[in-house]
Amino acid sequence: MNVELTGAEIAIRCLQEEGVQCIFGYPGGAVLFIYDELFKQDKVRHILVRHEQAAIHAADGYARSSKNVGVALVTSGPGVTNAVTGIATAYMDSIPLVIISGQVPTAAIGLDAFQEVDTVGITRPCVKHNFLVKDVSELAMTMKKAFYIASTGRPGPVLVDIPKDVSQQLTQFVYPDKVTMRSYNPVTKGHSRQIKKALELILSAKRPMIYAGGGVILSNAAEQLTELTRALNFPCTNTLMGLGGFPATDKQSLGMLGMHGTYEANMAMQYCDVLIAVGARFDDRVIGNPKHFFNENRKIIHIDIDPSSISKRVRVDVPIVGDVLDVLKELLKLLKAEKKKPDSAALKEWWKQIDQWRERDCLKFDRTSKIIKPQKVIETLYEITKGDAFITSDVGQHQMWAAQFYKFDKPRRWINSGGLGTMGFGMPAAMGVQLANPKAKVACITGEASIQMCIQELSTCKQYHLPLKIVNLNNRYMGMVRQWQEFFHGNRYAESYMNALPDFVKLAESYGHVGMKIEKPEDVEGALKEAFKLKDQLVFLDFITDQTENVFPMVPGGKGLSEMILV
Amino acid sequence: MENESGALSRVAGLFSARGYNIESLTVAPTEDPTLSRMTLVTIGSDEVVEQVTKQLNKLIEVVKVIDLNEGNHIERELMLVKVRAIGAERDEIMRLTEIFRGSIIDVTTKSYTIELTGTSCKLDAFLKAIEPSAVLETVRTGACGIGRGEWVLRV
Repeated sequence: MNVELTGAEIAIRCLQEEGVQCIFGYPGGAVLFIYDELFKQDKVRHILVRHEQAAIHAADGYARSSKNVGVALVTSGPGVTNAVTGIATAYMDSIPLVIISGQVPTAAIGLDAFQEVDTVGITRPCVKHNFLVKDVSELAMTMKKAFYIASTGRPGPVLVDIPKDVSQQLTQFVYPDKVTMRSYNPVTKGHSRQIKKALELILSAKRPMIYAGGGVILSNAAEQLTELTRALNFPCTNTLMGLGGFPATDKQSLGMLGMHGTYEANMAMQYCDVLIAVGARFDDRVIGNPKHFFNENRKIIHIDIDPSSISKRVRVDVPIVGDVLDVLKELLKLLKAEKKKPDSAALKEWWKQIDQWRERDCLKFDRTSKIIKPQKVIETLYEITKGDAFITSDVGQHQMWAAQFYKFDKPRRWINSGGLGTMGFGMPAAMGVQLANPKAKVACITGEASIQMCIQELSTCKQYHLPLKIVNLNNRYMGMVRQWQEFFHGNRYAESYMNALPDFVKLAESYGHVGMKIEKPEDVEGALKEAFKLKDQLVFLDFITDQTENVFPMVPGGKGLSEMILV
Repeated sequence: MENESGALSRVAGLFSARGYNIESLTVAPTEDPTLSRMTLVTIGSDEVVEQVTKQLNKLIEVVKVIDLNEGNHIERELMLVKVRAIGAERDEIMRLTEIFRGSIIDVTTKSYTIELTGTSCKLDAFLKAIEPSAVLETVRTGACGIGRGEWVLRV
């Protein structure tokens, strides 16, 4: 006969059964029993953050860099509301997370109890699914379902809300081996007839283009995408979320596309005749104005695991619903067996055109400047880390420059909030990355505005000896806001100037870290080298950069991809 | 969909979050008490309806979605109307109720309460046929629908 366990014990046992090694959280009244059980065991490590938003971002960075489900634990009420930004961030980027939240006792639900919020209601629009566990006998199955739902199909965050009394109640614990749900059966294999149709279209293309998004990273299909792209000799562009899905240093890579994409990627996107969209969703930052996009005729193949992503913003000709990995494997198999080859004469012409676009050198910047150019910092970071670091970023100009100038050859190395655009994401995400990859070089590219949104996590980094390198591109402005105000609001810089900034060097030092302030271009390389030599230390590098620098190219809102503002 | 608390709010939340409109919505448990069946009436272009269907299917608790407009189907809505019924009005309203094949289910010296079932259009037509000032109160269930003939929605 099995002994009975409390709900709190069961919650922790479920994490152990799922092989979870590390969770991020912050204790509070409603989760005290769960924390008590965490205390009594040593299989699951708990990382104490300084704010619940950071717990979710850290679990998110952990998941993105490790292929595992990220796990966070927060208390009821403000614990949950603080976590919402993190949950929405993960939801927009389809990151598998399980969030356990405490809730007031079941008898108190609905009575406006202390630290009570309707957690299931508040999080409903920004989770893949959520549960309120009202009976301890359902807890184990609910946890099993949470991990299953989070990690299958189009991944996403799943929240399990556990009332305090449920964490105290006793029941027999059996962790289910598997879960079957009549209402949730995500497809994996693509329809074989659709895949055949896609191949026919691919082989008939004169001006093909592969457009690869975050789905390639999430389904671990970078290798297959690379093999297919090379076998076809097609150009490939990656979205912000897809960087690293195809090697950026490959000659077939056109770099990133979209609002701040390269000239060649956006032009090829606009003027291709067959577009192969792989795990991407044609969002507003990628194709600009959809009407303008359809000024040109092209056939579109769209591979995505989420049927609702297909024909949402643009009509496609060959939809393939399925896991990118399965579909690409099937395509490769068919391609190998196929006698017909891509039209090499047409491709030669197409590449000639692309090379002409490349000559525009759209990412050029002033290399002789006496003020530090942000692009130069990232380029130097790339060189010093040999392109092999994990890079997280916050949101704004620095994020775009990081995406443009750090050439990602491997998947899961570029970690940023693409969909929600959450300032404050970078440092906590980097903590998760470092914990998932203890030996790796991890840098957070940020700005003086973003970094201050989760600056308290410098304390967490100290507690767990996380030797992050914080690359702060400090231009004393919310740079991207300032850029839009310069371009579209008549240089009226409303509230985008950051006055009264802290001395970041002293700030880092006060948390027990190393701080460096770099003001001259000739010092950039030396400072970065020195920072990475300090292997066991977090180094806060405060680069005082050009205040007037803008991100180019730029597709203004509402404009088409070929209507870029160029430098 | 699963007959679970919260499932309805996921559907309603989806419609408001994505800016789709709900004309009417009816829901009740089926012969299998673990399942509820919902009939939802919405208006939109083919593209919007396609997205609505896909988004509904994405909800974890939704088991199956069909667009009844893709085949022949029957729609019925129930309406209860309380009308003023004094003097000559009493006969007139009774006749109208008969014509519309409704029934009077509650009577006082001053009012009738009429039960009427049919398509939403028929119920609208009935209300148009009555002198507006005579209508004291109406309550409608919203449409529920089912496919014709052998067309069966089963899980």
